[in-house]
Amino acid sequence: MGEFKHKNIIALRDLSKEDIELLLSTAESMREINSRDIKKVPTLRGKTVINLFYESSTRTRTSFEIAGKRLSADTVNITPSSSSATKGETLSDTALNLLAMKPDIIVMRHSVSGSHYFLSKYMPNCSIINAGDGAHEHPSQGLLDLLTMKDRFGRLDGLKVAIVGDITHSRVARSNIQGLTKMGSSIFLAGPPTMIPPGIEKIGNTTVCSSMKEAIEDADVVMMLRIQQERQGKTLMPNAREYSRYFGLNPENVKLAKPNAMIMHPGPINRGVEMSSYVVDGEQSWVLKQVENGVAVRMAMLYHVCGGELE
Amino acid sequence: MSGDETVIIDADGVKRALTRISHEILEKNKGLKDVVLIGIRSGGAFLADALAVSIMVIEKEQIPLGTVDITLYRDDVSGQIPHVQVGKTEIPFSLEGKKVILVDDVLFTGRTIRAAMDAMMDYGRPACIQLAVLVDRGHRELPIRADFVGKNVPTSIKENVKVVFDNNNNPLEVILEK
Repeated sequence: MGEFKHKNIIALRDLSKEDIELLLSTAESMREINSRDIKKVPTLRGKTVINLFYESSTRTRTSFEIAGKRLSADTVNITPSSSSATKGETLSDTALNLLAMKPDIIVMRHSVSGSHYFLSKYMPNCSIINAGDGAHEHPSQGLLDLLTMKDRFGRLDGLKVAIVGDITHSRVARSNIQGLTKMGSSIFLAGPPTMIPPGIEKIGNTTVCSSMKEAIEDADVVMMLRIQQERQGKTLMPNAREYSRYFGLNPENVKLAKPNAMIMHPGPINRGVEMSSYVVDGEQSWVLKQVENGVAVRMAMLYHVCGGELE
Repeated sequence: MSGDETVIIDADGVKRALTRISHEILEKNKGLKDVVLIGIRSGGAFLADALAVSIMVIEKEQIPLGTVDITLYRDDVSGQIPHVQVGKTEIPFSLEGKKVILVDDVLFTGRTIRAAMDAMMDYGRPACIQLAVLVDRGHRELPIRADFVGKNVPTSIKENVKVVFDNNNNPLEVILEK
């Protein structure tokens, strides 16, 4: 298998199938470290990783922090409430100030799509990893979803993957569409028409379905998305109960998918809205395996960007 | 084979060397009690497999066998070299109190062995670590020596020593490339 030549990981759209295979294979090896008594290797000793989170996050930030620490990097967290952003500093000024401290990797989450491309222009000597930008991409989530599917099926081609929920606001959906298309699988989307962006079928091997039933019928994977109350106004859906009736996964409609189909969710879950507790805690749920794989995938990302070529 | 390659150990020689190393391991450790083999991926892992078979023939006992990938312990990952895939480390037993026989194909600068020893320490505290190699080609950059050597081959720094394996990963022969 080849070498990883990217300095930044901003979107799965920018990576080739081979790049994705390499990252997943490295992640599979990283998993072994997480099962040891001493969960640490010296690989990134002396590297500084800054986690710059302009949006709240528990899972992703903690996961990146643990990943960095297990590779022996020094990880520092900056969150908006404690940073100068609240005092009015621009992203480019923040970038220049951070650059003066000579970090090796910046892991950023930002509400503006594409902000990482902007940041990378100001930081030529530093690797940038996207931990979620607006409604654009969330590559580490996309990769950990691919790894979890690979664990279950042993392959990533020819799978029918249903993604249900608020596609418009979902960077998770976009990263999965990019990744799954490159690996040779097909994606079927369903959600309230107000939450399906026009033209989404053009970004990958994607079919927009008119109902949830149509999307999940015979699916190998059913991926439920979180209703992002914080991103939408009140206009996109009448109320949670009605949403749940038409687009929630419950013990009845889960039977439409293939027997033993895997159920995924990027978290955090609104129990009783997009998924019933019966499904979340059921045997088909891979939700916690996703979180476990998240650390290994992020270790692989941190490791590989450090060897990437300066662009 | 081009004119720039010389066979320095042939197939019979490899077999005899592995048999001798097996006897030496058993002699030095007075049997197999607490002895484990750890092969360094990938050449060393194949040789560790072959050594385990050879020890099985002599002692009629299966020696615990593991594989270590040293990529994450290398001392040159900080440089701007494209990062290669990380192989799997598979050590399905504790190394606490064990006599670890580290196996590699060619001993050169000693940096790989340094990395492998650091990795071993992260799996517990072995009673001791011994080193078995098929070829010692010299040019050490660290104070490291092998306990069991198939053959000492004086080489020039520009030459390359390669252990050739067949499709089933059995060692075939050792060649010197000029």
